[in-house]
Amino acid sequence: MSILRSLTLLLIALASVLALPAHAQDDDPGKEMLANLAEAPASKVEEALNVIVNSGDPRARSWLEAYGNNRLSRVKDTGQVVVVLDNRGRDWEIADPLTGENLGEMSRRELDRVAINNAIRGQLEGILAMLDLNAADPEVREASARDMMGKVDATLVEPLEARLEQEENADVRNRIEAALAVYRVGEGDLEAVEVLAGSLHPGARAALNNAASGDNPQLAAAATKALTSIEQKLKMNRAAETLYFGLSMGSVLVLAAIGLAITFGVMGVINMAHGELIMLGAYTTWGMQQMLPGQPGLALLLSIPAGFLVAALAGIAIERSVIQYLKGRPLETLLATFGISLILQQLVRTVISPQNRTVVTPEWMSGSIMVNEALSLTLNRMYVIGFALVVFAGLMLIMRKTRLGLEVRAVTQNRAMARSMGIKATRVDILTFALGSGVAGLAGVALSQITNVGPNLGQNYIIDSFMVVVFGGVGSLWGTLVAGLSLGTINQLLEPWAGAVLAKIMVLVMIILFIQKRPKGLFPQKGRAAEN
Amino acid sequence: MATSTTWLLRPLQERSTQIFLGILIAALAVVTFLHLAMPEGSALHVSAYTVTLLGKYLCYALLAVAVDLVWGYLGILSLGHGAFFALGGYAMGMYLMRQIGDRGTYGDPVLPDFMVFLNWDSLPWYWQGFDMAWFAFAMVLLVPGALAFVFGYLAFRSRVTGVYLSIITQALTFALMLAFFRNEMGFGGNNGLTDFRDILGFNLRTDATRLGLFIATGVALAIGYVVCRAIVTSKLGRVSVACRDAEARTRFLGYRVERVQLFVFVVSAMLAGVAGALYVPQVGIINPSEFSPLFSIEVVVWVALGGRATLYGAVIGALLVNYAKTVFTGVMPDAWLFALGGLFVLVTVFLPKGIAGLLQKRIKRKNDDDPVKPQEATA
Repeated sequence: MSILRSLTLLLIALASVLALPAHAQDDDPGKEMLANLAEAPASKVEEALNVIVNSGDPRARSWLEAYGNNRLSRVKDTGQVVVVLDNRGRDWEIADPLTGENLGEMSRRELDRVAINNAIRGQLEGILAMLDLNAADPEVREASARDMMGKVDATLVEPLEARLEQEENADVRNRIEAALAVYRVGEGDLEAVEVLAGSLHPGARAALNNAASGDNPQLAAAATKALTSIEQKLKMNRAAETLYFGLSMGSVLVLAAIGLAITFGVMGVINMAHGELIMLGAYTTWGMQQMLPGQPGLALLLSIPAGFLVAALAGIAIERSVIQYLKGRPLETLLATFGISLILQQLVRTVISPQNRTVVTPEWMSGSIMVNEALSLTLNRMYVIGFALVVFAGLMLIMRKTRLGLEVRAVTQNRAMARSMGIKATRVDILTFALGSGVAGLAGVALSQITNVGPNLGQNYIIDSFMVVVFGGVGSLWGTLVAGLSLGTINQLLEPWAGAVLAKIMVLVMIILFIQKRPKGLFPQKGRAAEN
Repeated sequence: MATSTTWLLRPLQERSTQIFLGILIAALAVVTFLHLAMPEGSALHVSAYTVTLLGKYLCYALLAVAVDLVWGYLGILSLGHGAFFALGGYAMGMYLMRQIGDRGTYGDPVLPDFMVFLNWDSLPWYWQGFDMAWFAFAMVLLVPGALAFVFGYLAFRSRVTGVYLSIITQALTFALMLAFFRNEMGFGGNNGLTDFRDILGFNLRTDATRLGLFIATGVALAIGYVVCRAIVTSKLGRVSVACRDAEARTRFLGYRVERVQLFVFVVSAMLAGVAGALYVPQVGIINPSEFSPLFSIEVVVWVALGGRATLYGAVIGALLVNYAKTVFTGVMPDAWLFALGGLFVLVTVFLPKGIAGLLQKRIKRKNDDDPVKPQEATA
């Protein structure tokens, strides 16, 4: 009984809270401000607007926007100010600006548009920006100050200066100072040039450019100097960006090649189907996302072990069915595994589809980190770089610190000796090949986030992967890492002036020439392992 | 002079070469007879389409012989012979383009259509001279030969062999493919060179010209075969087999291994170029897809199927695989890559000596101790 009563009370309380704005209408300060604006003669409009702006009312923006769009009207009979939602036809749909409540339709003859002249309209944009400068959230303030660059005019200087006095957040202060400086440089202020010297914003550069070609020789000299320092900074940023792209491309190469560095480099097996193992990893990601619709992030995380497993199993199948019979015949292994790669590609085309599949990028991987105005780093590339490094570190650990790694090194250095020490060479072969293949699967999972997932995915990477391994030095994991990262970076460095295709050709030719010079790669094997 | 001709003609005294040439000439004669003498509707009539198709197979066979020369007798698995084939093809294509003259769509007397389309105002320097047949035909040999010389000189001098060499030959043809896809290269980009009309004044679209090209290809294959036989039975051929089986030992015996390798590699590239040059007028187009690594590696599997280090095996392999390809892609195109992939696996695992190996076992010829036959791999 008492529960029912308290529920009823609660409902009543809720209803009254919901109805509150309607009741509060009479003593809402907004009502007076709007009425003032609507009734002000042309000379007083600005004053009325300033009252609204300075009130800090959260609804001020919507009112001013409606005002600028000619949507603010006054009902002739009651004097109430309304927002016109739809002004087509004879009856206009209106709403209450104070509560947002829809007031239904009203004949347009009943309404009186609140007039705005062009001078005011011109200022309105600045006024709106000022409005955001008063917002509570410092990020909103900073964004609005950034937007003001190059838009400041004589009318805004005073309110901006006033704002600057109050502002406590250093970032916002810098922005406002820069925005003011852009205006002042235009006015011929020499000191303002100094303020802009460090700014990367295009607005600052535009202002300085104008000043540099202006009549005032002193100002022009200062502006030119400031521009050079900005150019320098921009160049640094561009270099950083190229490096970042290069590293991300390089880490893709490392991911694609590192599995090959195990199977080809350590075991000496040429696996031309390596690219297709990468493709299997990518398709695993796609399959996971199909199974877990709506949860791309979870599916992606689960694909990491799943992709490893699928590719590793496929690798074991390849090793057992073909490669073990071709031991010591590298050229034949190359041909047979190439045949397997054709079969796997066609299998995917027949079973799934010849078309590319889309793999969704989870939200926490999309977007970018903005370092400054000229440099922003995309997140998915960041993740790929991190993933590549983690995979590399993991492989290093396995090869250096585990029993398996020890046995693998023993078998590759001297198979007969290792066997007579009691190491099961066949088992080591299988495990090593599975490891290399599994890593290819991991590469596929990562690649699915940055490239198209299709039957040709692997083909596009196989030549590059071999190049990376050979360039780095067969058998050296470090070599693969260094080679992958440097090839990616070189490619990115060449691309701006040579174009993507030519850059790729130049890198290929470079590697071909490099191999002539140092047939064993960057990090040749030394000691007993190098004998063959 | 006399010694050099006897050197080249010596294979004609060999039994195997005689059999090969006999079969080849007989096949050419039969096809020609059936094409010309049989009435159009007859079941025995060989259509012009089939003649051209067979001509295409013969081009592939010549390419396979070239690959077998380096793989079978020198131990170099080239995954980039398609590059030499395509370069020869482009040299021929450039000649055929210039022969079109002002009959192209845009009617420009000098510039090929695609150049007019790309708003080029004059011929690039490397297109000069291709209006002359002798020059173009010389380029068919010289361009692939020069590339092979430069590439081989660099590679063999620094002793790049085995798998490394295979992979960089693949990178070479891949790089060339990317380059030829670019419009700026001046070779028609993506579309390549096509719309040919005449060769040496004969209309390419008449049956007689097609038959002529088919016979010319057969003759080229015969000559190529004899040249290869001459090389592999010569002293140089013996040294090259020695390089294949034990490179280090051969070097220690005082032979200049890299010179032998370079010579054989260049000859092989030139043969591939000739094959490409004969291929282009018959199929009527040359485009960058001939540079694709897949094509080059396919050639290797023809040789593997036929049997390496036999030369005639390469011919058999090329004809069989391409016939199968024509049939498969016509009947069920999806299955072709399965079949090709399966072929790669089955041949290498179960048929390491190819069809020629089976034949040799069957026939049990008395020259069992032929030193040129591939030895079991010596690690």
